[in-house]
Amino acid sequence: MSPQAFLRRVGFVLFLAVVTAFWALPMLWLVTAPFDAHPGLTVRWPEWTLDNFRRLSESPYAFSSLRNSVLLAGGAMILVTVFGALAAYALSRVHVPGRGAILYGMLLLSSIVTGTAAMVPIFQLMFTLGLIDDRTGVILVLTGGLLPAAIFVLKDFMDATPRSYEESARVFGASPTQVLRHVVLPIARPGLATIAVWALVNAWGDFLTAYILLRDPTKTPAGVVMYTFYSEGGQANLPLISAFSVLYALPVVVLYIFVSRRYGFRFHGGIKS
Amino acid sequence: MSDRAADAAGLGRPRAAAFMAPALLLITAFLVVPALWTLVLGATNYRLTGLAAANPQFVGTGNITEALSDPGFGWSLWLTLLFVLGSAIFGQSLAGLSLAWSLRSAPKVVKAVVETLVLMAWILPSSVVAFLWVAYLSRHGGTLNAILQTPGTDWLIQHPMASIIVFNIWRGTAFSMLLFSAALSAVPPSQMESARLVGAGTLAQLRDVVFPHIRGHVLTNTLLISLWTFNDFTPYLLTAGGPNHATEILPVFIYNRALYGGELGYGSAISFLMLIINLVIALFYVRLLRERR
Repeated sequence: MSPQAFLRRVGFVLFLAVVTAFWALPMLWLVTAPFDAHPGLTVRWPEWTLDNFRRLSESPYAFSSLRNSVLLAGGAMILVTVFGALAAYALSRVHVPGRGAILYGMLLLSSIVTGTAAMVPIFQLMFTLGLIDDRTGVILVLTGGLLPAAIFVLKDFMDATPRSYEESARVFGASPTQVLRHVVLPIARPGLATIAVWALVNAWGDFLTAYILLRDPTKTPAGVVMYTFYSEGGQANLPLISAFSVLYALPVVVLYIFVSRRYGFRFHGGIKS
Repeated sequence: MSDRAADAAGLGRPRAAAFMAPALLLITAFLVVPALWTLVLGATNYRLTGLAAANPQFVGTGNITEALSDPGFGWSLWLTLLFVLGSAIFGQSLAGLSLAWSLRSAPKVVKAVVETLVLMAWILPSSVVAFLWVAYLSRHGGTLNAILQTPGTDWLIQHPMASIIVFNIWRGTAFSMLLFSAALSAVPPSQMESARLVGAGTLAQLRDVVFPHIRGHVLTNTLLISLWTFNDFTPYLLTAGGPNHATEILPVFIYNRALYGGELGYGSAISFLMLIINLVIALFYVRLLRERR
């Protein structure tokens, strides 16, 4: 190996080491602290225990907030997938007048009217509708924000599925609803699964929408409760925070492993908005 | 192709309209109406409490002119520019490109580990990663101070902007990494090989062989990450805009003024300006997509 190639090799290894450290170091705490009998802010080898998870039940809001997150994220996931699939199917199969404009408008809308840019009018709208402190309101707002991108991706999926199956099912006398349920749905399942996971991860991680729309601490989801755990004054309760953050983060990690095993986590347009 | 031939499932227009109705209704209610409402609300002096809450007055473009002469707004706009330039356009793009470039020739295990770490930083819930960074940067007992041997440094107080910029590079590089690795795999290996044979260095290869192939991707990436970073609320979870407005980027500024401070009319006017900026970026992006099709 020439000296120059050797130097390049050293630089390459050094770069990868620095990069790995940069991304790994902040995350290490999430792996060590929850299982440490006396968790501090510094990362260290833990004195192994599961006691911190038992202490979660001492907080009145820890488990109820996770339940709220399941409710909000699950609700948004179902609505986004069902409404998105229906709209995408109609847009893909029927030449609706102004279809191009609808799709173009939705692509623009979803990128312009973000949760942050629209937080004031959304708060105002929900206030007028009497949906402040109502979990249904949060589900609806999250669904509205995720739908355009979902329809866009799902329409591509629907366009890619062959029409001949539907045609032959119709020849044998199936009604349009039967065609949808027994022919289209099974074929579109990978696309639907992608969108469902994407919507779930987005709604699960949401902070801002729930933060501005919910007041009652028994209704707030884990993302907001996590923030109140560490932002409220006084000594931060690290055993509680560490155990809670690992429980809150776990579903996302499990979904990531599932998706990357099953489909390979490769590039999917804007999987995260 | 006639309409009937395209409609393979025999859906028909009425049923198609019924299928689209729920989605369009929700999109109209929670995206279109709020966007238009910023205009209406932004032209009033509406407040959450007090006299102006019961009887808001029409002030026209008063809020906009007030914003343009408000030093708080100008400062916030400047911070937002720093944040987008530093963490997205330079930080995430360069980090994503160098990761995608170097991971091509890295051993498979190393590649898998680094990719997983970068992706985890991207998909974990924002309040979890925010606390991870609060702990990491904390003054007493933070891991960063232990590594750098700088005990007592309070990063979020002493270097607030730098902290949230580095945080956002850590948080968001995954997208650029994924996009650039997809782009790099489309560069013909034969061209890279011949460039290497004539003795081109890494930078020369990138500039003369790779860049012409991925120019479109660079542009797409820059527009999308700028848009997302511009609309990112996560820094609030680290600093809440403080200390003393030092990290009050536009989304946090709107929150603090409108929803925390109760000035809904003024906040709406700022939101409207934000929507206009988003629109400009998005129009560039959509035009780019159409040109490529």
